[in-house]
Amino acid sequence: MSIIINRDTRVICQGITGKVGEFHTRGCLDYGTRMVGGVTPGKGGEEVAGLPVFNTVAEARDATGANATMIFVPPPFAADAILEAVAAGIETVIAITEGIPVIDMARVLPVVEASSSRLVGPNCPGVITPGECKIGIMPGYIHTPGHVGVMSRSGTLTYEAVWQLTQLGHGQSTCVGLGGDPLVGSSFIDILQLFEEDPDTHSILMMGEIGGSAEEEAAAFVKEHVTKPVAAFIAGRTAPPGKRMGHAGAIISGGKGTAEAKLEALRDAGIEIAESPADMGAAMVRAIERRS
Amino acid sequence: MKIHEYQAKDLLRAAGVPVLAGQVARTPAEAAQAFTALGTPVCAVKAQIHAGGRGKGQVKGSQQRGVELAKSPEDAARIAEGLLDQTLVTIQTGPEGQVVRQVFVESGCNIERELYCAILVDRAAGSPVLIASTAGGMDIEEVAAKTPELILTEPFDPDRGLGSYQTRVLSAKLGLPTSSWRAAEQFFRSLTKAFVALDASLLEINPLVLTKDGGLVALDAKMTFDDNALFRHKDVLALRDEAEEEPAEIRAAAAGLSYVKLDGSIGCLVNGAGLAMSTMDLVKLHGGEPANFLDVGGGADVDQVTEAFRIILSDANVKAILVNIFGGIMRCTTIANALVEASKTVGFTVPLVVRLEGTEVEEGKKILAESDTSIITADGLTDAAKKVVAASQA
Repeated sequence: MSIIINRDTRVICQGITGKVGEFHTRGCLDYGTRMVGGVTPGKGGEEVAGLPVFNTVAEARDATGANATMIFVPPPFAADAILEAVAAGIETVIAITEGIPVIDMARVLPVVEASSSRLVGPNCPGVITPGECKIGIMPGYIHTPGHVGVMSRSGTLTYEAVWQLTQLGHGQSTCVGLGGDPLVGSSFIDILQLFEEDPDTHSILMMGEIGGSAEEEAAAFVKEHVTKPVAAFIAGRTAPPGKRMGHAGAIISGGKGTAEAKLEALRDAGIEIAESPADMGAAMVRAIERRS
Repeated sequence: MKIHEYQAKDLLRAAGVPVLAGQVARTPAEAAQAFTALGTPVCAVKAQIHAGGRGKGQVKGSQQRGVELAKSPEDAARIAEGLLDQTLVTIQTGPEGQVVRQVFVESGCNIERELYCAILVDRAAGSPVLIASTAGGMDIEEVAAKTPELILTEPFDPDRGLGSYQTRVLSAKLGLPTSSWRAAEQFFRSLTKAFVALDASLLEINPLVLTKDGGLVALDAKMTFDDNALFRHKDVLALRDEAEEEPAEIRAAAAGLSYVKLDGSIGCLVNGAGLAMSTMDLVKLHGGEPANFLDVGGGADVDQVTEAFRIILSDANVKAILVNIFGGIMRCTTIANALVEASKTVGFTVPLVVRLEGTEVEEGKKILAESDTSIITADGLTDAAKKVVAASQA
């Protein structure tokens, strides 16, 4: 078991004929993901990495039975690509694209909300269920199948955490990159709920960062609804206010979104805190041991 | 991206938001001319810098405030003289302050009440919201913390904009006389439309003024744009004032690097924003102070890494550099080669500590070990932090 994706997930890539889309489609194929096709308007009938290319998502869905999509479409057209996937009834929409205007996402989110599709991202590394299915840009080999559910707003920081877990002998059930933008499709709470319900996930490791209040909301949710051990790390304790730290969403504004406020809320919810980024895997182990 | 108050007001005026007449001046003589041209008995002379808190801000080495009222052309010239080419320090500029290169001379108005209004994208609501308060002219963060009941919020759909009924809800709660409700509707609706049409990320009017004759006017305007949307706003991009920005940050952006200058002594070069922030935290945790945030991105090449080092080294405070790379898609061998190459061309004047992990890490470490550079290699995050802090203090 796992969440969101597994060995049966049938995946298409929107933007497959682009350099990056093709590169990562091959990476997912190599990992063993059931990639079944791709979409680029006007390139229907071509073939990339041995996969058929379609002009529209609906065509791709009908021909391949795809139920998930990985989006690499450039920022000006990415919001439209998400809407197309949702309109075609694709169950799982994973948007990797970085740089989508926030107002475009404000238009997209209510449509996703009203549909049965789940959106992960944008500006995220993707989702991986180790040993079964990888949809995204993460290096597959650092992951091991197991029982820790991992979720994060950042890419390389997730790799770091996963690598630490793997070194400590703790595999992962599913790792979810939520994305570094202010408006994203899935929140910590959405994923916490899935991990809590998944019998194969025994504990949860989350990596947050400065900006917004998603971590505070997650802490409140954990306190009320999560029975499994949870550990957390927050990036950006040394970040100055008012400055965007790489991610569009990583900014302390008006005294809100500080690492301190987030850590306080997480501690208050009984979540084990990793003080150092070197301590993320160990914090997860501590949280697990505390319960047993 | 930020712009000046006078530029924001030009954009708002074009969008149908009521603002007062005003002119930009770059010399005291221009300020005097502007006063005469505006023809009102009183004008405000306002320093134009990309930071708030100007009214209470003060020029270094004098009593000059960042905003002052002038009652004659001579008065306007005197105030402009006190501001232009001087360094203004406000709560938002930090103690080093910012140089004033232009002033905005704006006609006066008869103020009945001062209100507050802002638009931003609310993450929790997933939509833009208009925020308003009766506590105008004050520090809104303080108002929100102490008296949250004074903060009104109205979310709105980007395409439909703020509903007329929402403007009436706001007008009632702000205690505006019903005779001003039409003016408020016009003001709020055109403001929200401008926010969406221009892809702003923050539009703040503080104070928003109810005039003696019942009109609403944006007395100040602060506007920040969504960097991700600038590709579709060439006109807005043309308003960029690079003199207001950190030179190293402009240089980094041109090279496709994400860089933020800080005050510490340990330079950081990292791949990924989250890991870059964590690396700063790690340095601090082990007793050092980070000199910068720098994310080289996922596919950094020799040129980018070289430029990244040059930018870090252009900061005279830097006493040591920490490179922290988790090779995913980017192989450790690629970054190791880039490091060796860059170290040859850049010529390091400070110790360089490198921590590599991930794809092809052993081969990467071997490249560094076999190079004739003085790179200090580290095993793991903690070891790297300890080594770079020690190196910075040696």
